[in-house]
Amino acid sequence: MAESVCRALRDGSMEGEHAAALTVKDSMKCPYGHNVFNHVLTQLSSNILSSKSQSKGLVLVALSQSPSFYYDLLRSRGIVDFVTNKWIHILDGYNDPLGWKKWLSEHDKIGSISSEIFASTTIFRNIKDLDQLLSLIIEVGKGLVGQGKGRFSVAIDSVSEMLRHVSLSSLAGLLSKLRGHDQISSTFWLLHSDLHDIKATAVLEYMSTMVITLEQTSESFDQQQTILENLSLHEQNSCKGKIQVRMKRRNGRVRVTCEEFDIDQSGMKFSSASPESATINQSLLPKVQFNLQLTEKERMDKENVVLPFEHQGNGKTIQIYDGRRALTEGKKGTEPTPTQQLPAVEDSGKGDIIYFRDSDDEMPDSDEDPDDDLDI
Amino acid sequence: MNQTRNLLDDALDLNNNNNGGQVVVIEDCIETSGALGCNLAMQRESERFHFLDMLSMHCPDEEEEKLCEGGLVSLYEKIQKAVEVSSSTEGNKNSVTIMIDDISLVEVAANVSSNHVSDFLHYCLTLTSDFGCTLVILSHEDVYSSMEKPMLILQMEYLADVLIKTEPLAIGLASDIHGQVSLLIYFLTVVNRGRYEKRSLKTKTSNFQFKIRDNNVECFYPGSQT
Repeated sequence: MAESVCRALRDGSMEGEHAAALTVKDSMKCPYGHNVFNHVLTQLSSNILSSKSQSKGLVLVALSQSPSFYYDLLRSRGIVDFVTNKWIHILDGYNDPLGWKKWLSEHDKIGSISSEIFASTTIFRNIKDLDQLLSLIIEVGKGLVGQGKGRFSVAIDSVSEMLRHVSLSSLAGLLSKLRGHDQISSTFWLLHSDLHDIKATAVLEYMSTMVITLEQTSESFDQQQTILENLSLHEQNSCKGKIQVRMKRRNGRVRVTCEEFDIDQSGMKFSSASPESATINQSLLPKVQFNLQLTEKERMDKENVVLPFEHQGNGKTIQIYDGRRALTEGKKGTEPTPTQQLPAVEDSGKGDIIYFRDSDDEMPDSDEDPDDDLDI
Repeated sequence: MNQTRNLLDDALDLNNNNNGGQVVVIEDCIETSGALGCNLAMQRESERFHFLDMLSMHCPDEEEEKLCEGGLVSLYEKIQKAVEVSSSTEGNKNSVTIMIDDISLVEVAANVSSNHVSDFLHYCLTLTSDFGCTLVILSHEDVYSSMEKPMLILQMEYLADVLIKTEPLAIGLASDIHGQVSLLIYFLTVVNRGRYEKRSLKTKTSNFQFKIRDNNVECFYPGSQT
């Protein structure tokens, strides 16, 4: 879910752990990656300002939009306090990434353009020098949070723009160093997947703990085909699509979910995927030659197994609250008891294990984290 | 002619003076005879039209050559100067349009790689935020017909606020109709590329058919031409 991604960025990483990393990946079939990036940016900014996030500052590397765009974006979302309260710093790689304007200005060929300059913006003119960029990011980040143990987040818009100037290995090195830095809590970046080969996309996905992939919904694809073939004029007042969110958990499990999004004037709204497009929420078990699933009979047999700690070993009748269904209890011959009945405690001088079976509603090996939706 | 302008202008909303800072990408092909280009040479003497002929551009000197993009830096310099002069006139801010005809030949004319052309386009893009001007780029798709869609075309499509494609008719040649035009307009979040402004958020798709006349192109809705 998109909001779980924002929460993960807000929560950052634990001591000694690499920073959380998010890749927002789109293509021309669904070119709204910037909107998702902006949504994540505003959510994280809001959390930073309200002191809910682990990071206390944000360094934004702006390559495909100007700094003024982002300041206006944040203002439009009600996030205005970036003059007195320095929590964001933008590295401007948009206006002069290769130093052309500076060179022309130094040779008196053009005048310098007076544009609105924000105090918390630094222009950098050599996008090909990633070592310098890394030093600059760390320097301004420390300036936001201080030299202590304060942490900051880093956002890059976009890595596709960087890959035009630097090699994949250099970029991967930069991202790896960012993730490995003690004071960086989380990072996220935008990638246009159809501008690169599969290897580049795979490398960036591998380096990420979370990936948001934008896709066309089947409904919007059919609609577009109809439009192109038949309709003279078509106008729709919002942009729709779907996202696939892949999150790697600390325990190594991968969770994949699907949502639909709608972009309108107020921003992005996410909703559960429609049943037709919810096919991704399936088991992630790999297709192998041996069976990893349980048949119905095997499942029932498993439920009938009496676990060692469920009986006292003294031949007495088991009396235990059992959350299993009536069907299986009928086979065991045990009366369903809606109320708890503790096993009789004998004064044998030994300890007894009193076990209350949890509900069987949760599937075994489920990686559902019941605390996942907490917003503490 | 008036009808043609109104039809396209309505679709593009060009008469709206708040439309500064947009990027328009036009993709055509040889079957449509370059319909969306027009005879601009007639406009040379007009003070409102600055014509930069890449074919007669001077070769970059040693200093510029070190910048690797050579002739493109020089071209950008000329464009910025022209935009500055035009924008300085009272009432002309946000009314300047930069037209590149055509980007597919810039590689050849400037003897650079497509990556350098992308750099040049990026710098032209910054002018849309600095001066509020509109950038119109023409590209011929069939220059690249022997390969997969090149990165340059895709990069331009990502930049575009308006994408116009001309194609031949699916049914083949016709005497009265020379092709079809599809416009895809993203009114997403950016009006002026340097500034974020809320706008009516919508996408707009229009399909016209067109006929090439002597000095212009007539557009009409499918089925409306008798």
